[in-house]
Amino acid sequence: MYDAPILGDTVDQKTTKISARDVQVYYGDTHAIKDVNVDIDSKTVTAFIGPSGCGKSTFLRCINRMNDTIDVCRVVGDIKIDGEDIYDKRVDPVQLRAKVGMVFQKPNPFPKSIYDNIAYGPRIHGLAKNKADLDVIVEKSLRRGAIWDEVKDRLDAPGTGLSGGQQQRLCIARAVATEPEVLLMDEPCSALDPIATAQVEELIDELRNQFSVVIVTHSMQQAARVSQKTAFFHLGNLVEYGDTSQIFTNPLDERTQNYITGRIG
Amino acid sequence: MTDVSSTSSLLAVDDRTRRRNAAEKRFRVYGVIAIVLAMLALAGLMTSILTNGLSAFKQTFVTLEVYLDPAKLDKDGSGDLEKIRKVSTFGYAPLIRNTLQTHLDAPNMAVDDLSAKDAVKMISNESAAEMRRFVLANPDMIGETVSFKFLASGRVDGYYKGRVTMESAERDSNISPQQLMFADKLKDAGLLETSFNWGFLTRADASENRPEAAGLGVAILGSLYMMAVVLCLTLPIGVAASIYLEEFAPKNWFTDIVEVNISNLAAVPSIVFGILGLAIFINFAGLPQSAPIVGGLVLTLMTLPTIIISTRASLKAVPPSIRDAALGVGASKMQAVFHHVLPLAAPGILTGTIIGLAQALGETAPLLLIGMVAFVREFPGAPPEGLFDPAAALPVQVYNWTQRADPAFAERASGAIIVLLVFLLFMNAIAIILRRRFERRW
Ligand SMILES: Nc1ncnc2c1ncn2[C@@H]1O[C@H](COP(=O)(O)OP(=O)(O)O)[C@@H](O)[C@H]1O
Ligand SMILES: [Mg+2]
Repeated sequence: MYDAPILGDTVDQKTTKISARDVQVYYGDTHAIKDVNVDIDSKTVTAFIGPSGCGKSTFLRCINRMNDTIDVCRVVGDIKIDGEDIYDKRVDPVQLRAKVGMVFQKPNPFPKSIYDNIAYGPRIHGLAKNKADLDVIVEKSLRRGAIWDEVKDRLDAPGTGLSGGQQQRLCIARAVATEPEVLLMDEPCSALDPIATAQVEELIDELRNQFSVVIVTHSMQQAARVSQKTAFFHLGNLVEYGDTSQIFTNPLDERTQNYITGRIG
Repeated sequence: MTDVSSTSSLLAVDDRTRRRNAAEKRFRVYGVIAIVLAMLALAGLMTSILTNGLSAFKQTFVTLEVYLDPAKLDKDGSGDLEKIRKVSTFGYAPLIRNTLQTHLDAPNMAVDDLSAKDAVKMISNESAAEMRRFVLANPDMIGETVSFKFLASGRVDGYYKGRVTMESAERDSNISPQQLMFADKLKDAGLLETSFNWGFLTRADASENRPEAAGLGVAILGSLYMMAVVLCLTLPIGVAASIYLEEFAPKNWFTDIVEVNISNLAAVPSIVFGILGLAIFINFAGLPQSAPIVGGLVLTLMTLPTIIISTRASLKAVPPSIRDAALGVGASKMQAVFHHVLPLAAPGILTGTIIGLAQALGETAPLLLIGMVAFVREFPGAPPEGLFDPAAALPVQVYNWTQRADPAFAERASGAIIVLLVFLLFMNAIAIILRRRFERRW
């Protein structure tokens, strides 16, 4: 029932949010990302698809410099957000990550209360002047995460006590609490059941109004349902990038064709 | 439908399964045997220590009313403390003798061939000193009759603990059967009794010929001082080093060498640390011998590797997804570690630290080398200056007492082991409680 690609989704004032030029990523001697060039639009959901091990996560983690935490990882090339090179020496990755939020594959709430999970980011970035401010931010974020109604009566309960789907929405709420401009999601639904997946997908569609969302998924149906743009990766190369409807109905590259019809993957 | 194989019945157990079950049963039996042997060994050890050592917590006391004769203590009646101080403990012994003489003279109390001079030997040598301390603290009591609860001598005490018998007294120059008979009479008269021996925990060590007065006070205090030094140094240094190595240090040949060396240090025999401490802290830095500060520093060196290894293990056990989560919302590395990783690792770190401390508490060899075997009669002062005063340590005290000839010291050594074990149990209990309390309930 979800299989039909979303066609004719119009996006207003498309501007380029993230632009990558000749990006190479090496893990030691492994060349994991090769010559990737891509322009990601603002207020758009962009899906990265491709067989596992093709470098989707690696490229996603370049965008908020999470790769810096891996010793052997080396990134070459230019990645610009709003025209600013994020690998410039003057850029502090900590500031960058407040601007580029991330949601991980496995829900990873802090072993703290639901309230503290959301409040942590705003606190360390000094976004709230007082407790009342913080309360407002927490409520707003939980509402954006579409989980407010489920947890509003137990904000002091541990975040790790929620169900998997709730935890993932809590993590999304946590990521949006710092008012990022870009939201990166690495297979956010792979640990969730179909109902929780549907809830998260619905949420992603709403988040598009405020953020540029980049989502890695191994489910082509999911890419088709939530995204307006799709990028297909294969063996570290960006094979094809375009409107989701075009990629799924009329792929230009033979490898894309083979992948979406289930011949590679 | 007809070819049901005869071997596939579930009701008949086949050979393979039978062999497998037999092997499993054998394995369980081995396990039970091993545990039973371990429990028996432990029970044997505990009974041996308890039967030998529990009596150290009981002590025989003799209550005597002593007339503090002014003619002996304050000859010119001036009450001048300086003059009273001139009277040595030898001046006090006759007072005890006088009291004992009156008891010997009482009806039915006399024992053949026992003079008051012999009877005095039944009271600890310590008693005269005790009286002198009392008089110097209360000079106005001179001329009064004061009731003192004196320690009985080690042999009399041993008689009531079954260590000394009439037959052995026959051959013993330190005690005679007559003295023991008189002790029994004193007991019947209610003047001699056996009660709990607080002195064992509060007194300082005593010399070879007065085991009844020997206590663990200085050793306990010395051990506590050393543990305080070890805790104050190892916890911050160990945790800081572990966090740096685990979370911040680049992985290169240098950190590899550091890592290998920490593991090696954990395996170095403790006496080597004693030699190191002697060379560095005493000979080079000029710190005093047998001081808790030096003992604490040496034990710190010994404990650090253990604590670093256990802290790193607890840090490693924190799931990386928590670090990702913190970094992902824009926490700096330091914030991720201190806000999220460290609190989760805290129970493990505390447990490791307390186990390291417990190890240090029982350590003897390195302390011998830095002079903590010395005979220390004076209590160390209050910290921090007291850390530089001479003190003993619990395990070294055990070692010391086992070296002495008088069997009364063997009993004390076992008693000291019991005290040491109680301390260790107490520390382990704290480790468990802390772990329970800090452990996240989610
Ligand atoms: N931390 C790492 N160290 C070394 N190699 C890695 C690391 N992470 C990923 N790789 C390698 O990089 C390639 C791309 O991985 P990844 O980006 O995780 O793929 P995907 O997310 O598309 O499944 C794989 O070949 C993988 O083995
Ligand atoms: Mg991946």
